[in-house]
Amino acid sequence: MSEESRDSKQQDLRIGVFICDCGSNIAGHLDCSAVTEYAASLPGVAFAKENLYTCSESGVVEIKKAIQEHDLNRVIVASCSPRTHQPLFASSCAEAGLNPYLFEMVNIRDQCSWVHMQETDKATEKAKELIRMAVAKCALLEPQQDIESSLDRRAVVIGGGVAGMSAAEAMAGMGMEVVLVEKEPRLGGLLRNLNRIGPEGTPAAERVKELVRSVQEKENITLHLESEVTSVGGYIGNYQLTIQPVSGQAVQETAGCIVVATGAVPWTPSSGEYGYGEASVITQMELEQRLADESFTPPDRVVILQCAGARCEERPYCSRICCLTGVKNALLLKEMSPETEVHILYRDMQMYGTGKESMLWEARGKGIAFHVYHPDQGLQVQSDRIAFHDSLRGEDREIPFDLAVLSTPLVARDNARQISQMMRVPTDQNDFFLEAHAKLRPLDFAADGIFVCGSARYPATVEEARSQGMGTAARIGTILFKEKLISSAIVAEIDPESCVGCLGCIQVCPYQAITYDPQQGVCRVNEILCKGCGNCASSCPSHSIQLRGYKPDQLFSQIRALAEA
Amino acid sequence: MLDVGRHPNIELLAYSEVENLEGEAGDFTATIRKKARYVDEDKCTGCGECTQKCPTTVEDAFNEGLATRKAIYSWFAQGIPSTHTIDPDHCRQLQGKKCGVCQKTCKAEAINFEQTDQFLERKVGAVIVATGYTVFDPSRIPEYRYRDLPNVVTAMEFERMLSASGPTAGHLERPSDRAVKNEIGDLEKQLNKARKTLDKYEKDRGMDSAEVHGRFTRGELAEEEELTKWAQKYEDYQAINSRLESLKARAEEFEDARKLAFIQCVGSRDLRFYPFCSGYCCMHSIKEAIIAHEHEPSTQSTIFGMDIRAVGKGFEEYKLRGQSNANITCRRARVAEIDSGKRDNPVVVYEDTLQQKVKREEFDLVVLATACAPHNGIRELSGTLGLELDQYGFLKTQASHPLDSTKAGVFVCGCTNSPMDIPESVAQASSAAARTVQILTGLDKADSRQAVEEAS
Repeated sequence: MSEESRDSKQQDLRIGVFICDCGSNIAGHLDCSAVTEYAASLPGVAFAKENLYTCSESGVVEIKKAIQEHDLNRVIVASCSPRTHQPLFASSCAEAGLNPYLFEMVNIRDQCSWVHMQETDKATEKAKELIRMAVAKCALLEPQQDIESSLDRRAVVIGGGVAGMSAAEAMAGMGMEVVLVEKEPRLGGLLRNLNRIGPEGTPAAERVKELVRSVQEKENITLHLESEVTSVGGYIGNYQLTIQPVSGQAVQETAGCIVVATGAVPWTPSSGEYGYGEASVITQMELEQRLADESFTPPDRVVILQCAGARCEERPYCSRICCLTGVKNALLLKEMSPETEVHILYRDMQMYGTGKESMLWEARGKGIAFHVYHPDQGLQVQSDRIAFHDSLRGEDREIPFDLAVLSTPLVARDNARQISQMMRVPTDQNDFFLEAHAKLRPLDFAADGIFVCGSARYPATVEEARSQGMGTAARIGTILFKEKLISSAIVAEIDPESCVGCLGCIQVCPYQAITYDPQQGVCRVNEILCKGCGNCASSCPSHSIQLRGYKPDQLFSQIRALAEA
Repeated sequence: MLDVGRHPNIELLAYSEVENLEGEAGDFTATIRKKARYVDEDKCTGCGECTQKCPTTVEDAFNEGLATRKAIYSWFAQGIPSTHTIDPDHCRQLQGKKCGVCQKTCKAEAINFEQTDQFLERKVGAVIVATGYTVFDPSRIPEYRYRDLPNVVTAMEFERMLSASGPTAGHLERPSDRAVKNEIGDLEKQLNKARKTLDKYEKDRGMDSAEVHGRFTRGELAEEEELTKWAQKYEDYQAINSRLESLKARAEEFEDARKLAFIQCVGSRDLRFYPFCSGYCCMHSIKEAIIAHEHEPSTQSTIFGMDIRAVGKGFEEYKLRGQSNANITCRRARVAEIDSGKRDNPVVVYEDTLQQKVKREEFDLVVLATACAPHNGIRELSGTLGLELDQYGFLKTQASHPLDSTKAGVFVCGCTNSPMDIPESVAQASSAAARTVQILTGLDKADSRQAVEEAS
């Protein structure tokens, strides 16, 4: 039977209700047979069935068969969480010719059997009420069509450091068109300023060369050097960007997805802080540059101070890469000049993983001295000596030096907030870009179609930045390799007749999906950007906004059904 | 998991192992052993009825041996696929004894004792190895007395204890106390049985057990074989009862663990075992201490570590929050040994390096942050796939191509590569996917080969 013919039978309501035992997860704590019997008695219900597992292959087949045999035009499954199972049941309905938006799910497990385990009677009653509410709402459900939109199969990568180049190179290698934007005249990012890469000690210049070559030899990468992205409009699948070169005309580019790989910068102390400003006190980054210079000879006594400007009130975070860098350079100094005395003052030695920890063993073996200090106990850097409280010896000490090296953290770029506003993506309290989920979606932004990698997200080693960059390529592949973009029809709609253009909805929309149309004086919803959260609908003072699938009459019918008892 | 299970482009072969890999990047043939479950995957609905009826109880590996499962089981409740499996080492029927209860119970007729391992061949362009790691066995460190002291547990065991659906329903019931409670349960059953035997005697003979026993002790029953047996049964009953009463009295004083010690670097940063840092254990100890405190606000935790490596986005801030809000103290020390104290309390012996003092401190429960060791099976798998291992026993990759193994077209991600936390693993998994696409589209074959050449 065709979809139209099923949907048109709205006046003749035929609801199928499937009650799931979930093994004993539900049936163990409430009377599923009684609930099924009750569901069958409700108005409009043409069929009710209890299954051991509705989500099993046989359970799903049963739903499809029932739609056909009992001519159902609404389906309710009372089982577990829609978060996990709604897509399965809705798509099964669609396979049987029923519009998937005419499916409704009731959670009688997480919100019923599991939380009322010792109260079988009450849990059974609650399950009945939940189903009665769903049946009432079901009658008012409307068929919807998924929203389809086109995809621009190109990606823009902002930032040409390790992460950005890795992303661009990987996407090009996957057959995608890539636009790479770098504000400096050359690719390479922070890696250009480094001497060698730990733990293996590969010369950074070689790695830069290798990466740049891999980018340049790809025909499907368009390079914009000495350029910055100055505006971003549109949404997933259809972004429009303005790329402004230092000199010359701005270029307009379109893209389906964007990678933010803008990196981070080493923090520089202001004059006087940690003795900075004295000729004998430099930052770790400055040491990198000296080490890269062949004429450099290590002095007799070097002190390296870790956490200079990190793990403090202004920058509470650990910058992840500085311990590795400090030990790497200490080893290099020792290698160049075995007589040089090298001291490392630290709080916790962050040599996580395999290779880094072995560097620490090596450094100890080579006579590099490690001292634990406390930042609040008498730490003072002068032009030729450092005073601190040696926590392990329990005494105040002074170590004279010819050169002091401050391991300063990587900090977010000055314009990180500006970029975040332009891209409409969030930053964290340290101005690093904030991913969608710290654990499970480290490379995604909450906004669809925009991804983050490398030190723009949080300080990363060269290897980590490379992995992350390549990772964003696969994330983008999952979008741009599809024929078209399909998104849910459960979005907000604004009635232009009653909308007064108060802009209240724009304030509450977390997805920037609403814009103001000054010509008509009304607000408009971008259906692709809208995630159907309902913030706007619940706050609209003129009741002009409705959320599809959750319209007032649908919700009120549920509330009335609950009160009926 | 559900997404993987449902994805139209993913064929999920759980309970299977790759036995052979031939060919080259872009054109591999993998031979896969699909192990016999003795349950028909197409028929099993995962209802779990069989597990309720199965008479054989087995230690539950998913719950780190803190609970039991049946010989027919699913690895854990939400596992994908939900198909159950018969454990051939413990199933009575498969061990040649008479049973078949599950077969009779299964409405879907899914049980098939005749099932054998199947060998499948799959043509693939690339391979991703994501076999994870093995948790270090702390019994290898004699001074921590993991097997010997009941209240010294691994972090993984502690995770199961913290889980609301775990063996202790989220309460920090101490293993020593659980053992006593289990014994009480057993004794109650024995007592019941013994009581029934006495009841039967009393009913049959119309006499009181105590009275018969009195005559026995006075030596009046020398000739009465049956009554002597009765009197002995009565003695058994009393012995069980007195043991039970004393255990019950002890159990009344049991309290959930409130004072916790977390010991870092158990097996890692230790030249006797693994020289490397596992990277994530400092954070999971902090997390476990915070969750324990959320569950019971009077919980106090001490984390003993050489460095607290809170190296990750938001990690340092999380550690500071734990210290200020969740009664966590970080103690700079490498624990020397764990001793036994009163009430089964483990005693941690350590040098507080910031005070230069050797100290002993008693705790309710000690949690060992065990190392992330290369997977037990990785040596064999590396042989099968033709891959090299690095000096630590993980699969070898190289910094410039962090996902590429030593064989073109085979990629490595997560803790198979080296110890790493969840976000790094997830990022690596995505990049392994990107590398794979490059092989499958045929666009990057040369690059990958070149990478391997450079590595070797």
